[in-house]
Amino acid sequence: MGWPAVILVSASCVLAMGHLDWVAEFPSALQLPIGGLFNAIMKWMVTNTEPFFKAVTFVLSYPMGWMRGLLHWLPWSAFIAVLVIIAYRAGGAWLAGFTGISLLYVLGVDLWDEAMNSFALVFISVPLAVLIGFLLGVLGDASDRAKRAIMPLLDISQTIPAFAYLLPILLLFGFGPVVGLVASILFSFPPMVRNTMLGLRGVPLEIVESGLMSGATNAQLFWRVRIPSALKQILIGVNQTTMASLSMVIIASIIGGTADIGWEVLSTMRKAQFGESMIAGIVIALMAMILDRITFGLAEKQGSTMVKKSLVQRYFFPMSLLMVAGALVVMDDAVPFLGHWPDAWHLDLAGPLNQVIERFVIVSKPTVEAIKTACLFFVMLPFKIGLDKTVSPYTWGFAPTAWHVAGYAALIGLASLGAWRKGHVGLAVTALLGGLVFYIGLTDMPWIAILSILIWFAYRLGGRKLAIGTALGMLFLLVSGSWDKAMLSLYLCTIAVSLSFVMGASLGTLAAQYDGFSHFMRPINDTMQTLPPFVLLIPIVMIFKIGEFAALLAIIGYAYVPAFRYTEHGLRHVSETVVEAASSLGTSRAQMLFLVKMPLALPNIMLGLNQSIMYGIAMLVIAALVGTTGLGQEVYVGLSAGNFGQGFVAGIGMAIIAITADRFCQAWQHNHQHHVTKE
Amino acid sequence: MAASVTNTAETQRPVKLSCRNLWKVYGTKPKHYFDAFGYQIDVGALASRMRAEDHIPAAIDVTFDVHEGEIFVIMGLSGSGKSTVVRCLSRLIDANYGEVLLDGDNLLNKSDKELIDIRRHKMGMVFQNFGLMPHLTVLENVAFPLKLQGLSLRDQRERAQRVITLVDLDGREDAFPTELSGGQQQRVGIARSLAVEPEVWFLDEPFSALDPLIRRQMQDEFLRIQKVLHKSIVFITHDFLEALRIADRMAIMRDGKIVQMGTPEDLILHPADDYVAQFTSEVPRIRVLRAQACVIPATGDTSVMAHVPGSMIVESVLTELAENPSGVVVDDPDGHALGVITPVSLIQTLASVAEARDGGGA
Repeated sequence: MGWPAVILVSASCVLAMGHLDWVAEFPSALQLPIGGLFNAIMKWMVTNTEPFFKAVTFVLSYPMGWMRGLLHWLPWSAFIAVLVIIAYRAGGAWLAGFTGISLLYVLGVDLWDEAMNSFALVFISVPLAVLIGFLLGVLGDASDRAKRAIMPLLDISQTIPAFAYLLPILLLFGFGPVVGLVASILFSFPPMVRNTMLGLRGVPLEIVESGLMSGATNAQLFWRVRIPSALKQILIGVNQTTMASLSMVIIASIIGGTADIGWEVLSTMRKAQFGESMIAGIVIALMAMILDRITFGLAEKQGSTMVKKSLVQRYFFPMSLLMVAGALVVMDDAVPFLGHWPDAWHLDLAGPLNQVIERFVIVSKPTVEAIKTACLFFVMLPFKIGLDKTVSPYTWGFAPTAWHVAGYAALIGLASLGAWRKGHVGLAVTALLGGLVFYIGLTDMPWIAILSILIWFAYRLGGRKLAIGTALGMLFLLVSGSWDKAMLSLYLCTIAVSLSFVMGASLGTLAAQYDGFSHFMRPINDTMQTLPPFVLLIPIVMIFKIGEFAALLAIIGYAYVPAFRYTEHGLRHVSETVVEAASSLGTSRAQMLFLVKMPLALPNIMLGLNQSIMYGIAMLVIAALVGTTGLGQEVYVGLSAGNFGQGFVAGIGMAIIAITADRFCQAWQHNHQHHVTKE
Repeated sequence: MAASVTNTAETQRPVKLSCRNLWKVYGTKPKHYFDAFGYQIDVGALASRMRAEDHIPAAIDVTFDVHEGEIFVIMGLSGSGKSTVVRCLSRLIDANYGEVLLDGDNLLNKSDKELIDIRRHKMGMVFQNFGLMPHLTVLENVAFPLKLQGLSLRDQRERAQRVITLVDLDGREDAFPTELSGGQQQRVGIARSLAVEPEVWFLDEPFSALDPLIRRQMQDEFLRIQKVLHKSIVFITHDFLEALRIADRMAIMRDGKIVQMGTPEDLILHPADDYVAQFTSEVPRIRVLRAQACVIPATGDTSVMAHVPGSMIVESVLTELAENPSGVVVDDPDGHALGVITPVSLIQTLASVAEARDGGGA
């Protein structure tokens, strides 16, 4: 129901857009200066709250300064020794070795001071973020009202791209490393809140009851029963917070003045010194992996506070840390190279690396170009500006005639009819509308048509509530004048996410079938997820140069992982009894996969799609650094031009797209789940 | 629901814990049902009214006494309200109406502070899924209630070690709960609940999560411990046979109400209604009936017959009869003869019980 109207509206809009301007473009008279409004509010905030934020800056700059001072004063040998010991405790000899070699690499490539600056930020921001997150999590667990206030805040703060709130922080706190610190705290506390709440809620009722029956007071129940039982989940929160903090510290270096490792990557990349950029990027990747494995290892380890333990045994670990560090500080005078890495030991990797890269780029150029053009002409451009403008002798090798158009229309019509006759009305309509979009191009579609299509889908999936939410979100995009940019983002994101999903889901399916492949992919996926997204850009830009195609690859590289993981997990965890029952009925391997496991794993696979969309949108802003147009670029331009309103409106726009996509997925999932349980 | 033969030794001992007219109602406004005292006129009508008004009465006017050293079992299927009752007794849930008297003192009026004190010294509880702290070792788990009381480390260790020995877990003190089997984990749960040397001991389906064989072992273990400690016990189970094995007295609950209360024998011989009869019909009579319930008046000379105690299970009486075909004399605890059992009389008694059951069940 309603679908003939939608098709009618879309088709007539397309026909009318050549004649009526307001059909093709949202009339600018109706647009509101929302960006300007934000700017005014911000200005008011800055002038009226200056003393407060100055004070915060002042207070925060002290621990910052101390931590920096400490890390720079500490001999490298002491720093490495302490971290290696901690790594040994968290993950055994393997992790200790990895940590030691990684840090020696940092020394070898002469990026020690930059790395220390980044570490200083992380070491200050993580405890603060953990504290804030923990307190909010406890509050949210204790009171339902607080929880209702906290949850939407978390959603928003995790979907608005990090860049978008760099600028307000910059305006409020002034230049300097404190901006990075504040941004990193704001960005990294949400996972801590979520995990704290999750952990506390997950404590089995019987454990709480047994605590009560043991005669625990309220305080004892909290600190000795609930917190220890939830500790593992809480520590996973610490792990996620640490990773988020590091990635924001790197992103925040875009505002400069921090002389940290993120700045090193960015500035060298801007100068097209890919070798140098690569070397610094590897430092970030190593830092991320070390922090991830150490915090994760500590979370995995069940801490035992054995009753039978002497004082020496209990404090052996911290004491040993202090003693080793102390000894190395003292030895610093006697053995100078333990304090300062001699210049002669620095390796010049950048030069040879640059040569290798150059060679590689030259050799691979024909292949790379071929892939790039094919993707551009046959996938990206048709979706962006439509087949009607893409197909030409230069691109497809022939000029489109009326016959070609008729053939295309017939093809779409047949597909739609086929779906219709099998009873899939939704699919039939989707095929028709999809055909239309591909012919006209997403960015050339009249806004009314897109609006009506989206609202219709929203209504079909999630009823009136979702339809109204979608309409309001789209209205914001129209009224704020971000519609065109939003469509550009939507186009890139849709293609990137579709490809990520197809790639992730197929690889995940393979991994679910073959253990060997699963083992092979696991470290690769882990690395892709722990890498700050920045670093991913370096090799891609090196080979594919700046442009939309490079951005596409960067998004795919980041967003395929969730699709992979959820698909593999879903397929591997299909109920044993169903699998046994199916094989007893004589299913072949392929039938088992496609007829039994796939349908049952579908909710999980869709969750993967949902996550892929979120990752894709998050990566969009980062990808804007390598030359995409759209909302990501707006955010970035707003940041560099100091135009808070512009950046923030674009940020909200991206959040709207992300949240709408998320709700669409959830609604679909809800319908499907319902369907499965009914059977 | 009055029990006919309740003159067991337990009922003569003083009452330790008494549950009087206990109600627990879930819903939006449970309190307003208890403003007036009028409900006592008709409990059933009030419960139906609650259900009609979207409230769920989980415990309806529950009344029973637990005597010192007695094992009182509450048996019921899931949803019958048995877990609710035990949680009201320990005040893990607050009842809406009624009294819970521990040594004559109403627990429902206690402040949080007094309650904590009572739990620290007078109550112990064992949970179905053990409720062990995953981050503590066996020894630490058992010592946990003592630690909360602020006992010295030495006292904690000493007392915890004592109960660990009692439940036969010596040598596993430093293991974590995940390293133990289900049966061993529940031994830890039992040891922990006993560490504070409670007077009243609640066990909420303690063996339901265990395999049948282990369950049987644990029941024996439990009876052995009780023989040493003589606690006053409220034991919750959904397993009728388990209830029969361990109960001194038991109550059967259904839909929040106690439908029958008495000794296991009472229930078997005189099921109050079809619901109780459904449970009892599956039970082999000779394993439950005691000699004293099967006696006939002595006819003729009994001086040469062997004597058996009245509390002997009929199954064992069979062995005695095999050796004394002419019959045995059944004595009460004081040595007075209650009557005799002969092979023929026993067969007749069992047959009449079976007949009554089949007639009642049809």
